[in-house]
Amino acid sequence: MGSLLNDSLVIAPELFLIVSAIILLMLGSFKVKNSAKIVLYLSTITLFFVSFLELIMPWDISIIFNESLIENSFSRFTKSIIFMSSAFVIILSSRWLIRYDEKAFEYPILILFSSLGMALMVSANDLITLYLAIELQSLPLYVLASFRRDNINSGEAGIKYFVLGALSSSLFLFGASLVYGFTGSVEFFEISKVTSYSEVSAGLVVGIVFILSGLIFKISGVPFHMWTPDVYEGSATPVTAFFATAPKMAAMCMLVNILYGPFADSFYSWQQIIIFVSIASMALGSFAAIKQTNIKRLLAYSSIAHMGFTLIALALPLSPSNIQALLIYMLIYLMANLGVFSCIMSLEKSEGESVKDISDLSGISKKYPFIAFSLSIFMFSFAGIPPLAGFFGKYLIFRSAIENGLFLLAIFGLLISVIGAYYYINIVKVVYFDESNSSITKSSSKGLSITNIACTIFIIFFIIIYTLSPIAELARLAGISIN
Amino acid sequence: MVIELGHYLVLASMLFTIGVIGVFLNRENVIIILMSLELILLSISINLVAFSSFLNDSSGQIFSLFILTVAAGEAAIGLAILVVYFRNVGNIEVDQINKMSG
Repeated sequence: MGSLLNDSLVIAPELFLIVSAIILLMLGSFKVKNSAKIVLYLSTITLFFVSFLELIMPWDISIIFNESLIENSFSRFTKSIIFMSSAFVIILSSRWLIRYDEKAFEYPILILFSSLGMALMVSANDLITLYLAIELQSLPLYVLASFRRDNINSGEAGIKYFVLGALSSSLFLFGASLVYGFTGSVEFFEISKVTSYSEVSAGLVVGIVFILSGLIFKISGVPFHMWTPDVYEGSATPVTAFFATAPKMAAMCMLVNILYGPFADSFYSWQQIIIFVSIASMALGSFAAIKQTNIKRLLAYSSIAHMGFTLIALALPLSPSNIQALLIYMLIYLMANLGVFSCIMSLEKSEGESVKDISDLSGISKKYPFIAFSLSIFMFSFAGIPPLAGFFGKYLIFRSAIENGLFLLAIFGLLISVIGAYYYINIVKVVYFDESNSSITKSSSKGLSITNIACTIFIIFFIIIYTLSPIAELARLAGISIN
Repeated sequence: MVIELGHYLVLASMLFTIGVIGVFLNRENVIIILMSLELILLSISINLVAFSSFLNDSSGQIFSLFILTVAAGEAAIGLAILVVYFRNVGNIEVDQINKMSG
């Protein structure tokens, strides 16, 4: 056990994030003029800096604060991605926020605190820390969902998200209390010790099921997906971009941590559940998306389907290459989503009102060829068309499934991704071949264009980036550290 | 009659079930949903404290203290969101929270 100072050094990035979030909150409260602009700017820099800090910190395993937090290459890598995507979301939102309310400095601060919660979720090493981290992540998200105070839909999204989110936290807690009762400890190491040498008791299985249902809510897997389309539709578009990216990544990594950590020895108790959730999410996400007319609802169902694909890698016995596939898939999903949202936000129906329906996008290729091009690239990538990034993500996932002998799951995933291709490519058709809708105007800002270009380059040249940059190696190291 | 661990667990799971049913069956008022959520959290606290005393281990009691604290914060945020909603709509009936669907 290290001293307090040593332990604090290990989580230096998080401490830096806490301190800067508090300082920015003070800055926003006491400095009235231009506060939102300054806080936006500084919080973006903070998040990029923290993301960079995670990459250069030592990646070896360290267990700190009486075994309540664990830092290893997996948590470092995922936290770096989480902070980076949060920073991109703040860049995306800046123009919208300044126009909505130029004194609303609390928006980036809520994102900072939520990112902090996600970081702690990934490195939590006992149930109490995990619960507190989940709440620290969710409470700002409830507020963000109802951020447009003058909008009925936003308030409704906030209520729905709050009630169901609180219920899912309680399901998680009930499971945690049962796990505590039947193993005698809340620490992950103790729990895995108890489960490794004794039979898995019925109470423990019930506890695992409750914990899983609470966590599957967070990644919006079927059957706990009902909140996703409504919350995505009702929230402001930049907030939706946030919901679709960083929290999904964090919840997925937390699921990896908890399933392959304390519950690794009860693999056969939870594998069935994950396979069911995976199949159901892929199917429901793909079929329900077909009849959607609202872009954000479509993206909600698309994210449900993508979570299903990611869960395939989680339904397999632990091996570094499966974890690597999962992380690469999630990274591609995040980049493509950020790109899609940057496209949607740079098109406006009327002053301050971003596009809502898919039909609003019709014929934008003639007026705004680059936005149309990049939107189609992201859609093709979601559909898994080579040589774009989405194809390689799906390829890695299906290859892991086949290597582990889960042929049926892989074949089902392949068939479902064909159905998914229908509604993704439908958008490309609307953008390029439908009658042009003249009322759409462009409202691009520097931040939106930068994000859009960065994501487009990442998606198109993914194979080159993957072979040349250390991403694959970092993800492999992250996969090795889970055991 | 001696009150044992099992009795506490049955009480906790009954309260938990009542809370969950309250969230889903209630069609009148969102405040009732908030009360049901509190009930669920308290039932979990009973569970944890019972296990804690049964196992002679203090972490369950610490856990329940944290739950009480977080529950207070959660209720505050829930009520704040409810106020935002009420200002726009003018009522908080559960049946009318259905502007979006599909």
